[in-house]
Amino acid sequence: MNDILVHWGLSLAIFLPIAGAALLLLIPKENELFIKQVALATTIVTAGVGAWLLVNFDYDRTGKLQFSVNKEWIEIINSRYHVGIDGLSLPLVVLSMFICVLCVIYSWDHFPEPHNPKAFLALILLLETGMNGTFIAQDLILFFVFFELVLLPMYFMIGVWGGANRQYASIKFFLFTLFGSALMILGFLALYFRAGRTFDIPTLVATAGDLLPHNTEVWIFAALFMGFAIKVPMFPFHTWLPDAHTEAPTVGSVILAAILLKLGTYGFVRIALPILPDAAHTWAPWIGLLAVIGIIYGALGCLAQKDLKRLIAFSSVAHMGFVMLGISTLTSFGINAAVFGMIAHGLITGMLFFAAGSIGERYGTREINRLGGLLIQAPKLGWILGFLCMASLGLPGLAGFWGEFPAILSAFNPAAGLSVDTFRVYMVIAAIGTVLAAGYLLWMFQRVAFGAPKDEFVDAHIHDVHGPEWIAWTPMLVLILVLGVLPSLIFKMTDGAVTDIARTLASIGH
Amino acid sequence: MLDHAWLIPLVPVCSFFLILFFGKRFPSKGASIGVFALVACFLMSLVLAGQWIGRDKTVETLHQATAAQIAQSQAASIEESNAHGEATVDEHATAAEEEHGAAGEEREETVLKREPVLHETTWFEVGGTKIKAGVLIDGLSVALLVVVSTISLLVHIFSTEYLRDDRRKTHYFAALSLFTSGMFILVTSSNTLQMIFGWELMGLCSFMLIGHWWEDKDNSNAALKAFFTTRTGDIGLLVGISMLFGLAGTFDIGTTNNLALGAQLDQGLLAAAAAALLLAVIGKSAQFPLHTWLPDAMAGPTPVSALIHAATMVVAGVFLVARLYGVFWQGFHIGAGDGYTPVAMVGGITIIIAAVLAFVQRDIKKVLAYSTVSQLGYMVMALGVGAWTAAVFHLFTHAFFKACLFLGAGSVAHSGSHHSFDMKEDMGGLKKHMPITYWTFVIASLALAGIFPLAGFWSKDEILVGANGNGYNLFLYVGLVGAVMTAAYMTRCIYLTFHGEPRGNAAHHHPHESPLPITGPLVFLAFLSVVAGLLQAPMLHIELFADWFEPAYVSNVVTHHGFNGVLALSGLAAAVGGIAVAGGYYFRNLGPRGVVARGGLPRAGYNFLVNKYYLDTLYTDGVVGSIKGPIARATYWFNQHILDGILNGTAALAIILGRFTYDVVDQKVVDGAVNGIGVSADAGGGALRTVQTGKVQQYAAVLFGALIVFAVALWRFAK
Repeated sequence: MNDILVHWGLSLAIFLPIAGAALLLLIPKENELFIKQVALATTIVTAGVGAWLLVNFDYDRTGKLQFSVNKEWIEIINSRYHVGIDGLSLPLVVLSMFICVLCVIYSWDHFPEPHNPKAFLALILLLETGMNGTFIAQDLILFFVFFELVLLPMYFMIGVWGGANRQYASIKFFLFTLFGSALMILGFLALYFRAGRTFDIPTLVATAGDLLPHNTEVWIFAALFMGFAIKVPMFPFHTWLPDAHTEAPTVGSVILAAILLKLGTYGFVRIALPILPDAAHTWAPWIGLLAVIGIIYGALGCLAQKDLKRLIAFSSVAHMGFVMLGISTLTSFGINAAVFGMIAHGLITGMLFFAAGSIGERYGTREINRLGGLLIQAPKLGWILGFLCMASLGLPGLAGFWGEFPAILSAFNPAAGLSVDTFRVYMVIAAIGTVLAAGYLLWMFQRVAFGAPKDEFVDAHIHDVHGPEWIAWTPMLVLILVLGVLPSLIFKMTDGAVTDIARTLASIGH
Repeated sequence: MLDHAWLIPLVPVCSFFLILFFGKRFPSKGASIGVFALVACFLMSLVLAGQWIGRDKTVETLHQATAAQIAQSQAASIEESNAHGEATVDEHATAAEEEHGAAGEEREETVLKREPVLHETTWFEVGGTKIKAGVLIDGLSVALLVVVSTISLLVHIFSTEYLRDDRRKTHYFAALSLFTSGMFILVTSSNTLQMIFGWELMGLCSFMLIGHWWEDKDNSNAALKAFFTTRTGDIGLLVGISMLFGLAGTFDIGTTNNLALGAQLDQGLLAAAAAALLLAVIGKSAQFPLHTWLPDAMAGPTPVSALIHAATMVVAGVFLVARLYGVFWQGFHIGAGDGYTPVAMVGGITIIIAAVLAFVQRDIKKVLAYSTVSQLGYMVMALGVGAWTAAVFHLFTHAFFKACLFLGAGSVAHSGSHHSFDMKEDMGGLKKHMPITYWTFVIASLALAGIFPLAGFWSKDEILVGANGNGYNLFLYVGLVGAVMTAAYMTRCIYLTFHGEPRGNAAHHHPHESPLPITGPLVFLAFLSVVAGLLQAPMLHIELFADWFEPAYVSNVVTHHGFNGVLALSGLAAAVGGIAVAGGYYFRNLGPRGVVARGGLPRAGYNFLVNKYYLDTLYTDGVVGSIKGPIARATYWFNQHILDGILNGTAALAIILGRFTYDVVDQKVVDGAVNGIGVSADAGGGALRTVQTGKVQQYAAVLFGALIVFAVALWRFAK
């Protein structure tokens, strides 16, 4: 069994979900329960592979690719089926598998209109293949295929099961990100032609820096930047996000926030920085600038929101700003913080979207001013929301803290060659962002949860948290707390891999 | 116990989870779990203190005779470090010691101190840096553990009666436990990162407890205000601790202090770090100008005010300065004695600003709140003038008498004024109905006023002596003026509450004495308010507090001054004077009446004070209002109209441009791509609801066209 998984584990992680999706298509639509069971079983078995990876991963060599498979694929362009995970991929792959299981459970008996569980679940599984594949791929073309694969299912999820304005939101999402990835593939092609005719990521990391002149690096980085920055999304390329989140069904928002946004930040850390370290130094101050603008801008945007989900969407812009600030320092502290921030944001914001979705479903509205007194009508849901607000504003002891504080910390001493003064200014701005975060989250919480229910809902019967919700949410809530107290659970995976990247970057430092 | 001090923070954490998950099943709704946990913490703290005091003294500290010498040797070490660049800590310490030997030969004494007990484990590792978590037991942490566990235990007992039938009793006791563990974590932290944990955990509990009765908007507003304001200060905490880590390369407190005191850290950045941390102190310890949240925080249940907003959390800022004293000492040149330091300025201004406001309050808890702000000012000022021991000693004594006063106010509201805190409307004449509450309140007030030989006298005297002896005379006078005012507003408060004719609820609701769970803690605290000062009474040649609780890193730099009869008498005279003036005004009906009612300047001044110097208006309407309102709306407008406008405009332009490009660019590439997308879209679309595939195709075509243009550009450039 172990032997099989060592060689096939990663491929299973990628292709089990899509196989499950294919199976779903064969089951007649009427057989709803069976469809759900198959979908759930697929995600659980995939997560089982993830658990096996977690257990068998060699934590002493987190910087090395493990469970790799490197086979011939598209010979003519020398693109290979190269998969493997290191300490950077592992937590993200596992998070993706984990979230997909919970999403299927959460969907169990509330599929949004127009219902159709078969198609909905098949899309979730298709998404999972794309997400897992992106984190596992070690070949640029393979990476690109998976990176793009997630676009379509999410496009349909928003466009079909979305809210009133779903057409605009889904097309905007699709085209905006497609535009970014198109630039990205150009960057990949430029790398291929200018840096040794290979798409192999580890090879490019080792050789591209020496082969490329500085100017070319800077331009290729620009192309990659557009692809990844739109996905993150960084200010000012974020405007697709609030629309997509607001219109997407709950599960769509959760997957979008928890995993899809990380594809962008992961791309920076996996591809852009280590392959083009020289250009990374040139771009870092600008990335840092956009990051801190995003922190403040996202927070101010939140304060202006009237819709619960839209508020959380804007808060993602701010949080991903912290992640990008950490990355832009090009230090191991900063990048570790960034990876932690990705996981933490995935759990916390994903959970916030779950909670917001459930609130919206119960009240029939997500308009903050119409809500109130949630703690009276559904105390457990209310306290969960409060817990999440605290986690989201970066309270120490909960996961969010480890994405924020180390990022601020790392900006005091950025990598050699970067302007210390610039980054120290960023440090202070980012710290100010933490106050604004407390502002929009607690103000929202006060209006939604404290006080008495508004007149229109005084007599409404509001269900407190029910079975499938507890099953889907408990693991996330527990993880938010556990990771907050024991950050080493993540850092021990990421540190080795990140330190290697930081070393590549430091060797370039001017 | 010295080696197992980690149990002390752990016990209330466990009790928090127990109460949260199982509390409702207990007849006491979880209160008994909390009380039991605190009894355990209290006993452990006492044992710990006993063992600490009995510990052998092994660490030699250099006790400098004059501040000037220190400044001199520090200047020498700065030159030293400049010359040697990257001298290691050990080398440098030796160098500094030699320096001391040469400069201070004639007046130097060696004192023995107890060695701190440090237990650490690796918390996590990042980029080759091991970050530790650990427990540091030294004089400072022992002193605070004793204070915190004592007050917290008494408050728990008090609360069992005060919140007997509260609708959210379980939540209340859970939060109280969590809070206590937060404070324990803070005071036992061996590193600054862990301190942030304790610090913010307390902020969270403070938020939950101030807003305990959140049905009322005023209460939740107060909770939010407290959280935001302290969080604003926390910008300084995050930045300051980041800077210290960047400078010292570690979160470890001991190392940081030693490096700072050894002048091993860049002076400019160290000063900036100290200034950032001072901002955190201003927020958390409610110093001017961020003190405005504390009076509002009185919206929480009264025992919470006693514990969190008088005795423990609000002293966290004072503790931070005391803990990282090396950073502040060196960053602000406290030892130089040149008249003022930023820390002393903040404290000094706060003493007066807050004491003035205590005179115009109608709400007994707000009088006490402003008094707390003012007394915290004394502690901060003391640290700023180099009187470390005086500051911590005042923290120690203040905790007892101020907790006694708050609990006394709670007792009055519970049994005397029918849940009202309005002294003018609902109190008066309660002395005869509530003798125990009355006398404990009076004793604690006298202790606060600084009447000999009660606790406050000794600690305030230490502060005055320190300010005088270390070359900060201005702050000696500030302290004396503050003492007059303190004595006067407390006299007013006692008169309005307990004397005169009963008014409102006090007249109509059958006031009576409170039951034992309330009076017990009052009596015990009153007793401590009497005797706690005797730990440090230089007049009687007792300096136990300094001996037990002053750590070596402090002893190495601060100077102790002996008893000063003139200052002691001045302090006492100030207190007696304050009581006499206010007593004459209220009890004897002397002095002018109705000055304010006559209008003119007095009326204007009164309004200025009642409106709290308009600071709240400035913050709430000015700062918060504009960020929440116009600034946020403008940002969002920019987002929707400018950014999205550009996007939508580009899309429209692209369609026009696309038709042109479509005809010009190589048909095969585009067609191939479009067909590809079309096929997949149709395949999916067939099964799903109809979507506007046509539009997508069109967009996609345009995009691919644009991309090819970009590709050509990139290619040309790359070549």
